[in-house]
Amino acid sequence: MCVSVEGKEILNGINLEIKAGEVHAIMGPNGSGKSTLANVLAGKDGYEITAGEVTYMGEDLLVQAPEDRARKGIFLSFQYPVEIPGVPMVSFLKTAVNEHRKFRGDKPLSAGEFLKLMREKKKLVELDTELTNRSVNEGFSGGEKKKNEIFQMALLEPKLSILDETDSGLDIDALKIVAHGVNALKSPETSTIVVTHYQRLLDYIVPDRVHVLYKGRIVRSAGKELALELEEKGYDWIKKDNANQP
Amino acid sequence: MMENQDNILHEVTQSDYKYGFYTDIETEVIEKGLNEQVVRTIWEKKGEPDFMLEFRLNAYRKWLKMEMPDWAYLKIPPIDFQAISYYAAPRKKPKYESLDEVDPELLDTFNKLGIPLEEQKHLSGVAVDAVIDSVSVKTTFKETLAEKGIIFCSFSEALKDHPDLVKKYISMAVPVGDNYFAALNSAVFSDGSFCYIPKGVRCPMELSTYFRINAANTGQFERTLIVADEDSYVSYLEGCTAPMRDENQLHAAVVEIIAMDRAEVKYSTVQNWYPGDKEGRGGIFNFVTKRGICRGESSKISWTQVETGSAITWKYPSCILLGNNSVGEFYSVALTNHHQQADTGTKMIHIGKNSRSTIVSKGISAGVSDNSYRGLVKIMPGAANCRNFSQCDSLLMGDKCGAHTFPYIEVGNSSSIVEHEATTSKIGEDQIFYCNQRGISTEDAIGMIVNGYAREVLNKLPMEFAVEAQKLLAISLEGSVG
Ligand SMILES: Nc1ncnc2c1ncn2[C@@H]1O[C@H](COP(=O)(O)OP(=O)(O)O)[C@@H](O)[C@H]1O
Ligand SMILES: [Mg+2]
Repeated sequence: MCVSVEGKEILNGINLEIKAGEVHAIMGPNGSGKSTLANVLAGKDGYEITAGEVTYMGEDLLVQAPEDRARKGIFLSFQYPVEIPGVPMVSFLKTAVNEHRKFRGDKPLSAGEFLKLMREKKKLVELDTELTNRSVNEGFSGGEKKKNEIFQMALLEPKLSILDETDSGLDIDALKIVAHGVNALKSPETSTIVVTHYQRLLDYIVPDRVHVLYKGRIVRSAGKELALELEEKGYDWIKKDNANQP
Repeated sequence: MMENQDNILHEVTQSDYKYGFYTDIETEVIEKGLNEQVVRTIWEKKGEPDFMLEFRLNAYRKWLKMEMPDWAYLKIPPIDFQAISYYAAPRKKPKYESLDEVDPELLDTFNKLGIPLEEQKHLSGVAVDAVIDSVSVKTTFKETLAEKGIIFCSFSEALKDHPDLVKKYISMAVPVGDNYFAALNSAVFSDGSFCYIPKGVRCPMELSTYFRINAANTGQFERTLIVADEDSYVSYLEGCTAPMRDENQLHAAVVEIIAMDRAEVKYSTVQNWYPGDKEGRGGIFNFVTKRGICRGESSKISWTQVETGSAITWKYPSCILLGNNSVGEFYSVALTNHHQQADTGTKMIHIGKNSRSTIVSKGISAGVSDNSYRGLVKIMPGAANCRNFSQCDSLLMGDKCGAHTFPYIEVGNSSSIVEHEATTSKIGEDQIFYCNQRGISTEDAIGMIVNGYAREVLNKLPMEFAVEAQKLLAISLEGSVG
């Protein structure tokens, strides 16, 4: 797959296959196109797909509206979660959950049922109870925002989760909690793409495959040992190996 | 609260302006045109006391010498005041004592609008005065209110039953020659609501006037007068709709509020006059004068408005803070879409010492509309230790609409503090995508984001109205994205 923004090519030649039950890590230096890949999969506007295709559960993903992709089980944990002033977290989440239910043909949850579900899922990421009464992401600390993303993942029970630098801005305790949450949600039916700079998170969320993205291209793919190698040697050797890239 | 979200979605996808129907009832309409004889005719038809003829003619003569105001940020097409009929009323009966007498078509109209006139059916004790084409057709819960000494009736009834009260207070807040449209209203107004809350009484229910324009080629000129005597409290609601028509219709109302010592009046409006179609054809021209006087010490007047309708809105609900320690508030959401134009805001005139005022204005513009906030905060030299806080925010959807802010501040002494904050933002693509990614459609996302933006104002509305207003905001923005 190739992707451009305003005529500038950002992804040029991504080839990935993720099977149910697998965890794939995508690593790479800043600006290599990791978030772009995540956004394109989730259906964000503003990217031009110049070549290639994406198939999700047997369907062409790229023609689908972002909300439909979400309802079909694609979840993006945002690198920078967005604030929506004046919209209480509870109402936002209840709407989201009920949209998912409607799509599956389930009855919407009542206020009581929803609160119960929320209490249960909050425990998973040890989210401060008071946070869900605030406006969406407003006044949340960096760590709280990331926990809140995983909390939403727990509520929506996606099939494919894309975690875009969910580890950045987390202290070690928070990192463990978040990783624990992600692992708890794992099942043979769900897949995860973990986007990260660092090996650190991969100690807790163990990947089946690790891919290195550099200048919009996957330059190396291997098992989890690749992450350790990167940690040791840094990205410089990747950069050197691919120095004659455009 | 989000229970309603599904309903909202349903309504959003269902219709553009769902109040656009016309009721076929027999209507008495007088000849088009305006002159002294027409003013007399209205006075005669209404069987008003003598002082009202004086009042009306005086207003008419002032109006003749005045000109249409042109200072607002509005493009107002010329209005032919001779092409309008100044009196229209359902013919059957001026006022109904029991519901059995009400024209079933009319009953049905109000039911369709969600305003049941059958008291037993009524939601949670809101007393309603229903005004159609300038005439009050039914006031509910009158007896219950009377037990507390509260007078809540149509303006016509008030002139018959309580002429002295009306005479004492009418034009106290809005003098006859205050402005072009107030003068016109004073000359030709046909009905409206009157409300008097006696000393020490807390009104046990919300009072509400529901205005409906039905007849074609008529103007609607109604007048509301609310008097809250010492230590009393009342919360008042106003709603309005009109059929969809290709031609413009004029609405020029006057609302006056008088608050005596320690009295408090909350006045809430959800204005949903027909806004015209997507090409800007038709719609109501809404030129309204609303003003309250905090006459007594520690009195309080609070205006809350949600403005989504009308082709043109020209409206500045204001407070004259005469009493020491009095409080004035203005909370406003004004939404314009397509070709709508709104120039709205408030005036806070501080005359009493230690008087305080708060202004929160949230403008939302979409389509090719123009939305202006215009506000005056004036603190007189003798009004020591006054405070004002103003917050004026604008939210833009798309790049073809306009948002403008015209704040005027005059502070006459050094012990008073005036603060003004203003922001302009665009509805964030990132916010919409975030909602989309959680399975929420763009239409719903916008409704949600806009309601969040307006939350501070919506929270000031009585519960049922808040729900109604949320839906309205979402519906009014339908088709404004993509
Ligand atoms: N909207 C955009 N317009 C122009 N360039 C962009 C845009 N989004 C991303 N880019 C560019 O694409 C490249 C990849 O960005 P990104 O996907 O955010 O990288 P990463 O997440 O790996 O740090 C960067 O060079 C960035 O500047
Ligand atoms: Mg990134």
